[in-house]
Amino acid sequence: MLANILSYQIFLPLLGALAIIALPKLSDTAARWIALAVSTVVFFISLVMLKDFDSTNAGYQFVENSSWFPALNLKYHVGVDGISLYFVLLSTFLTPICIISCWHAIDKRVKEFMVAFLILETFMVGTFVALDAILFYVFFEGVLLPMYLIIGVWGGKRRVYASFKFFLYTLLGSVLMLVALLYLYYATGTTDIEALAQNDLTRDVQIWLWLAFFASFAVKMPMWPVHTWLPDAHVEAPTAGSVILAGVLLKMGGYGFLRFSLPILPDASAYFTDFVFVLSIIAIVYTALVALVQEDMKKLIAYSSVSHMGFVTLGIFTGTQQGVDGAMFQMLSHGIISAALFLCVGVVYDRLHTREISRYGGLVKNMPKYATVFMILTLGSVGLPGTSGFVGEFLTLLGSFQVNTYAAVFATTGVVFGAAYMLVLYRKVIFGEPKNADASAMPDLTKTEYGYLVPLCIMVILFGVAPSLVMKNISPSVAKLLEHYQTSQDGTETYANVDLKEAGND
Amino acid sequence: MTDFSFAFLSPLAPEIFLALAGLFLLIVGVFRGDKDTSLVGWMVVLAFAITGYLLLNGSWEETTALNGMFIMDQLAGIFKLVILVGLIISVALGIDHIKQENTARFEYPILTLFAGLGMLLMVSANDLLSLYMGLELQSLALYVLASINRDNVKSSEAGLKYFVLGAISSGMLLFGASLVYGYTGSTNFATIGEALAQQGSMGAIIGLVFMLSGLAFKVSAVPFHMWTPDVYEGAPTSVTAFFAMVPKIAAIALMIRLLFEAFPSVAGQWTQIIWILSALSMAVGAFAALQQTNIKRLLAYSSIGNMGFALVGLAAGTAEGIACVVVYMVIYMIMTAGTFGIVLSMRRNGNAVENISDLSGLSRNNPVMAYALAILMFSMSGIPPLAGFFGKFLVFKAAVGAGLYGLSVFGVLCSVVAAYYYIRIIKIMFFDEPVAKFDAGIPFARNLIVGLSVAFMLLFIFNPSPLLDISRDAVSVFFHNE
Repeated sequence: MLANILSYQIFLPLLGALAIIALPKLSDTAARWIALAVSTVVFFISLVMLKDFDSTNAGYQFVENSSWFPALNLKYHVGVDGISLYFVLLSTFLTPICIISCWHAIDKRVKEFMVAFLILETFMVGTFVALDAILFYVFFEGVLLPMYLIIGVWGGKRRVYASFKFFLYTLLGSVLMLVALLYLYYATGTTDIEALAQNDLTRDVQIWLWLAFFASFAVKMPMWPVHTWLPDAHVEAPTAGSVILAGVLLKMGGYGFLRFSLPILPDASAYFTDFVFVLSIIAIVYTALVALVQEDMKKLIAYSSVSHMGFVTLGIFTGTQQGVDGAMFQMLSHGIISAALFLCVGVVYDRLHTREISRYGGLVKNMPKYATVFMILTLGSVGLPGTSGFVGEFLTLLGSFQVNTYAAVFATTGVVFGAAYMLVLYRKVIFGEPKNADASAMPDLTKTEYGYLVPLCIMVILFGVAPSLVMKNISPSVAKLLEHYQTSQDGTETYANVDLKEAGND
Repeated sequence: MTDFSFAFLSPLAPEIFLALAGLFLLIVGVFRGDKDTSLVGWMVVLAFAITGYLLLNGSWEETTALNGMFIMDQLAGIFKLVILVGLIISVALGIDHIKQENTARFEYPILTLFAGLGMLLMVSANDLLSLYMGLELQSLALYVLASINRDNVKSSEAGLKYFVLGAISSGMLLFGASLVYGYTGSTNFATIGEALAQQGSMGAIIGLVFMLSGLAFKVSAVPFHMWTPDVYEGAPTSVTAFFAMVPKIAAIALMIRLLFEAFPSVAGQWTQIIWILSALSMAVGAFAALQQTNIKRLLAYSSIGNMGFALVGLAAGTAEGIACVVVYMVIYMIMTAGTFGIVLSMRRNGNAVENISDLSGLSRNNPVMAYALAILMFSMSGIPPLAGFFGKFLVFKAAVGAGLYGLSVFGVLCSVVAAYYYIRIIKIMFFDEPVAKFDAGIPFARNLIVGLSVAFMLLFIFNPSPLLDISRDAVSVFFHNE
């Protein structure tokens, strides 16, 4: 077992970025190779971590704890449990794929792009492994810097608008979370995420703090009605940026809910359950309908992301084992499927330089391999049994049914809409009569494209058929989280009732 | 005094040396004329360095001199060191700049020296009289510096505006000081503090309000900020850099000592005033900068906003609050030094350009400069992991610790608005099409300053503790009893 395995995953990409900066005469191709090599090594380190991960241990593993800011008692404290393990893997897995996918697509300022991407990987991994709240904040917020540049420099026509919207929306949410973290620091005297959960905050205080955290995570998620930055950012970002955005950055919101809102603020989380349910259902149904009428492929997938993330928030706040397991699984599955879908859009975009759905048609004739890959991913996104999309949605619905029947019923309609827009997209793009000569002349997947899309498809099916492969690591940590959530909530449930009675007497 | 000795002057050694060096260099300048401005300039830098050496070798134990008018303690020591570093940076930036602009006058570095002397005295002021003397010595030198480019209408206007408004603020300060003296019977900070602790007095509080107004003018806190954009725009850029960096630190130091030494017993009153100053400064700094096209005016509003953030820590009224303000000011100064170093290098065909649009596409013409400015701008907007984040983090931490939730939330929201114009600069440099290149040939000193500043922004995260430790130690002088 490698010592400091998490620090390697955080800092190796940073070192790779520094190497690219420090070698001024480096050619563009060499920069690509360095970035690919570094990110691949990091991915293999993550695989070693996965192999060494003890699925019977629900607590944090590979923990490193050293002093960072002793004057404030802030620690460099990192570790993974079942909840964060797969997010780390998702980050380190998608980064090399992104670098390969943009090998030719990014042809200007290549070195800067690779540097930005490697720094982004550092922040992503750091966000998921940080166990000190302020350290978490530093990584969480640091993501903005490279992502702002990636969208703004290498993006499409309206990239400036999209990058500003992305930056300011996310920052606005995050700063409120910072104030909440500072309050927690004073209220509990610690910034350690584990220790923070052992607080005795009253429900009224928790409600305010919960709203501040919610502002941050809901924007990042994104939940309706603060999702509007996402379609813009997705459409304008380069393919690799969209992939990371959909694959990893959106998961930071859900991860935040699981790491902060539920364990640290259980009473408020219980208090706001219905509120989150309502927003989730609006997200599931409304954005699915919006996706149905999109003419831009990326925008359609972006709205479908919002819809799928609605299942995640729904699942998380059911507070049941199935619900949270389902939410976790849905996030992973969405991380793979939506990332792969964006890569698929990138494939045709690189050939025709348009994402307009109506420009394509009949691709099955000239691109049969592409049609197959796209079909597997479409069915995964729809949630067909046997794909990973099904497991997540099914568990989520199962969990929500136990808590709130109406929520489950409305959410289930979202599944139908999801099938509608994805199948319509597939029919328009892949089937039908070929509309344009240039679209019909597009060559099929190259070996490279095939190489990075097939592993994603295999994972979609593998996790759909054998979800226990991942669940065995996730479930113990989720169970531990929920046990804590239920007990600390029960303790103050009576308090809340007493409070209400007193209010009634007044 | 039978056994005559100069020992009683030893706490003042750095100041005395600086004053003598100034007089000597004045003579050198008069004899050698403007052609040797660089020589005088580097000698001024040397004088600052020697002053710093004397300061470091002197005692930082709490001592008073000149019948309690002058105090030397750890807080003063730290502030003086920071100010000296700021002065050295300002002069080093200034020498090359006035050479490039062909406006070299030997008075320039010497005036900076006397302004610096005034600041050192301000930091050590322990009496209303020495407060005023230090402040005026500094201000008069600054008025002249603002209009040093006397053939330029804007520069003259800046000097005049600064002088007239500065005179009003000095008048308010003096009026307030006389009220405080009248109601407490003393000009010594400690004595005032004792008198007020025994018996509060409305008159003294009114006096304090006037004094705070005068000091708010010096740190350009809203609503006393009107002069800032005009003076920043009109003054030669290297002077603007100096104004943005150093005098504010001295004024904040003075404010801290006045409030915590002389008026701790009425903290409930003055924290409200600071609260309002701080909230208004943050808001004006954020919103007024949105529409600016001139980078110097933009940085003027940015500095107003930054003073608002610094005052958040002061509004907390706690030891932790002041310690965080000290850290904030240090980070702010280094950040500003780097930013102005780059603004000074914005020259085309031998002329300085000042519009934000002139930065267009800089990332392709001069990527190193563009990335340096981008890092500084991200840092100013308070995005981790850069040093600017820690400055804001600390002051808001202090504010939350003191229960100022409203101010904290308001402040962080303002910082989001302010982030817009900082990232707009980055957008112009990185996303827009390039325009003509800037002139090559950036002086070594300037490159060094920018490089060190950027390195500080990037590396601060790896060891953020020492600065706060030192500051906490220093501010403990005010809280003996706790």
